[in-house]
Amino acid sequence: MSAPPPTEPFAGRAYKEGFHDDIKTLKSVPKGLSHAVVDYMCDVKGEPNWMREFRHRSLDLFLKQGIPEWVPGLRDEFHYDEFTYYVSPVEKSSRRWEDVPEEIRRTYDKLGIAKEEQKLLGGLGAQIDSEMAYHNIQESLAKKGVIFLSCDDGMKQYPDIFRQHFAKNIPPEDNKFAALNAAFWSGGSFVYIPKGVKCDIPLSVYFRINAEQFGQFERTLIICEDDSFCHYVEGCSAPIYTTNSLHAAVVEIYVKERARCRYTTIQNWSTDVYNLVTKRSMISAKGVMEWVDGNLGSKRTVKYPSCYMIGEGAHGEVLSLASADKGMWQDAGAKLVFLAPNCSGRINSKSISGHGGRSSYRGLVQVARNATGCRAQVNCDALILDPHSRSDTYPTMEINGDLATIEHEATVSNVSDEQLFYLTSRGLKKEDAVSMIVNGFIEPVVKELPMEFAVEINRLIGLQMEGSVG
Amino acid sequence: MNETFEIVDLHARIEEREILRGLNLTIRKGEVHAIMGPNGSGKSTLANAIMGNPKYEVTAGEIRLKGENILNLPTEERARKGLFLAFQYPCEVPGVRTANFLKLACNARAGKELDTMDFYDKLQEKMKVLDIEEKFVRRYLNEGFSGGEKKRNEILQMLMLEPEFAVLDETDSGLDIDALKIVCEGVNKLRGPDIGILIITHYERMLRYITPDYVHILVEGRLVRSGGPELAAHLEQFGYDWITKKQ
Ligand SMILES: Nc1ncnc2c1ncn2[C@@H]1O[C@H](COP(=O)(O)OP(=O)(O)OP(=O)(O)O)[C@@H](O)[C@H]1O
Ligand SMILES: [Mg+2]
Repeated sequence: MSAPPPTEPFAGRAYKEGFHDDIKTLKSVPKGLSHAVVDYMCDVKGEPNWMREFRHRSLDLFLKQGIPEWVPGLRDEFHYDEFTYYVSPVEKSSRRWEDVPEEIRRTYDKLGIAKEEQKLLGGLGAQIDSEMAYHNIQESLAKKGVIFLSCDDGMKQYPDIFRQHFAKNIPPEDNKFAALNAAFWSGGSFVYIPKGVKCDIPLSVYFRINAEQFGQFERTLIICEDDSFCHYVEGCSAPIYTTNSLHAAVVEIYVKERARCRYTTIQNWSTDVYNLVTKRSMISAKGVMEWVDGNLGSKRTVKYPSCYMIGEGAHGEVLSLASADKGMWQDAGAKLVFLAPNCSGRINSKSISGHGGRSSYRGLVQVARNATGCRAQVNCDALILDPHSRSDTYPTMEINGDLATIEHEATVSNVSDEQLFYLTSRGLKKEDAVSMIVNGFIEPVVKELPMEFAVEINRLIGLQMEGSVG
Repeated sequence: MNETFEIVDLHARIEEREILRGLNLTIRKGEVHAIMGPNGSGKSTLANAIMGNPKYEVTAGEIRLKGENILNLPTEERARKGLFLAFQYPCEVPGVRTANFLKLACNARAGKELDTMDFYDKLQEKMKVLDIEEKFVRRYLNEGFSGGEKKRNEILQMLMLEPEFAVLDETDSGLDIDALKIVCEGVNKLRGPDIGILIITHYERMLRYITPDYVHILVEGRLVRSGGPELAAHLEQFGYDWITKKQ
């Protein structure tokens, strides 16, 4: 199965993050993946032996595993040898922007990331290629015991907490891309929120790919102890080259009893990037996890943020928003896995396909035999803007526990001629009418987001809809 | 200046079927015209052709707004020039708040960004005229509105956009007795030397509130008879048989 080729040339989206900068590489490896690359990374990072062994074992697992049957159209598309698996333009992660190499700062200035830090954020991390160039947390949060470091620094500075949680949620055996990440992971964040601490301003990390034909494998570990709260926000972008890049991240989250974690993603990769990500949270009793997953870019996205409800009364929620423009295939969705009684979960997914883009919703609701009295609600709506674009839905339910109430609703709609005529009859231009209909379509998800993210998502989707005719 | 809206020998079809077959009508500013006619005679087709619905193909004739033939203009240009259609079946646009939509529509009509406070003041005023409650305009455009609420919303849009020529396609259907009275009073407030109005209806009751200057009868795509308000009363009594037989 492959997407029908568009029969008309489309302009594609306006992507202002598509520039690349000349940034001096300090450390890198030859193209392709090998045990020698793993050893090089362990050496330059100065890692403990257990990690070296873990990486080698993961690479073996990766080489042994096939790509799952259902993963859309990846088998023949790229060759792992075309990528470079480690590129670092920095010596270390800095806590002050002044200490970050000037050319990297310039990139981040252009992206407008640093400016937001003072206004909105409790902490900011800025990764470029394989390493964090900058990682800092506000003094007030640090005083409360909140830890916010690059994942590498987390491993070195808090080895016990790190080792207790690392790869326990998503082991390298989980899937091929998780194994790939485990072998070559570099960068990402380590977040620890102590018992009872409410970290009410977001911690944010931005991932930038600058190198060509490069693989970025950041790894993020978030631990919210009992009764704590945190909101973590990630954004990303990459230059437009004529070649491919690969991004395979792993995000593991532990939401302990009565804690709450919200994880917001605004994925805005260029259409060069294969985005193959594994994200999972373990939610203890009465804990709450909320994934807000906005997929607005990339060539392929394969990502289903998951909630594993392991304690009684846990709640997991995924708001998923995907926009597939020209040259994109968003295979997004969510998983709710109920492993304890009286838990609840909700998936609310909205996808838009336009200009020949393709989006799929893939969802799993699984209720274990002992997980009685659970409730799940799944809504997935797709909007298709033109006949060249496509949308599919693949929901799976495996219900074993008693007393479960499961609701599932799915809709597919088009921008209708009636709506366009109605809106244009009031003087709106056709493009404005389309974007009004699109914004209206995603409104139920966007209105649940904090203002600043809602604005950014509306802006990015607005750019994609430019010039689209229903 | 030529302050007229003219329809000259209009032929229009939908899906290869000719519905309008040489329709002529001139509306001057200040006038209210009514068109009555049996189901399927082409009333909504006329309304859609006037507004430029791409589904309806005009095969001959002209539509002139103040002397200018507008048949080649896209729908939004016609609206910006002051044409308005109150839909027989207004459609729903989920997720779009009525007030936000109205603001953009008013900006488009004005050709500039209107002051937000001025806009909301005007909106409040017009909502009062139509006895519409505050939360109505915060709801999503027509989504889940009752039939009557949708019609009221059409007239609210008309009062906000202040068109030069307006077509009301069966605005009375779906309105209860009290709502009909309120809506008609709203239309009467707008009635005056700066606007020409065309009311499409099946029933005389709407015309009792808004007395038309002219009544026309549309049968099989042509206006077969024109007269004053007494024509509507006559129709109410005798039905269309009377006309079609007499022909
Ligand atoms: N989308 C369409 N496809 C095919 N035929 C249509 C379509 N719309 C209207 N027609 C036909 O065109 C003719 C005229 O329809 P129109 O809606 O103009 O009638 P009307 O006078 O407004 O009727 P009513 O009083 O029921 O509103 C009818 O025979 C109708 O079936
Ligand atoms: Mg009609």
